[in-house]
Amino acid sequence: MLTEKKLNLPSVIESVEKAASEAEKFARASGLGEAELFAIDMAVRESVANAVKHGNKFAADKKVDITFFSTDGVFEITVRDYGEGFLVEDVPDPTDPENLLKASGRGILFMNNFMDEVAWENPAGGGMIVKMVKKL
Amino acid sequence: MAELNISERQAGDVTILDLDGKITIGEGSVALRNAIRRLLGEGKNKILLNLGSVGYIDSSGIGELVSSFTAVNKESGQLKLLNLTQKIQDLLAITKLLTVFDTFDDEGDALGSFN
Repeated sequence: MLTEKKLNLPSVIESVEKAASEAEKFARASGLGEAELFAIDMAVRESVANAVKHGNKFAADKKVDITFFSTDGVFEITVRDYGEGFLVEDVPDPTDPENLLKASGRGILFMNNFMDEVAWENPAGGGMIVKMVKKL
Repeated sequence: MAELNISERQAGDVTILDLDGKITIGEGSVALRNAIRRLLGEGKNKILLNLGSVGYIDSSGIGELVSSFTAVNKESGQLKLLNLTQKIQDLLAITKLLTVFDTFDDEGDALGSFN
């Protein structure tokens, strides 16, 4: 079974909850179990929060594009922002002792931990695309 | 309905904050931050956070716990955690923060650990 859902959300904090709620509905309809639902919820919240806050910087004229895709054995989430982009290898490791007491910087760590694959792309139109895969 | 409800009680010179709800980006994190700052402003620097009814925390919420820990330590105080759910424990383990916080399953033990 192949299904897809797309969202186009404003760059506000409330979009995190909206995206998570839609992800849960879609994931439940796709037959995912509680453990998978929790992982997807964490990944969606962290990636959309990053897109809103760090990518689009809450700009009213920039949206966050989200796609949920489900097929046999795979659940994919794609989140795109229209900000300045960044190099993921430049993001400090939050588990490094010198970063342990920093107030932020753990979102990507959670995404990597809860999803089986996380891939980043700097698209031609600017911004960032992150694609996350959960193998079912 | 508020994302995070915080109620406060005193046990000697330790302030216990019973947290109920979510500590997430936005309202929840801000509520915790404001509560800690208020307590420090009142000179209350021995704080026990009861997380037993925190159903959800994201990376911003974890960051707020860390900020609170740092702020209290800066005031020569102590901030400790009580009743971590398994999920919160797992998140603190992922972030290597279990070695930073003093955590307890028993309130009596937690209170007895404050200097």
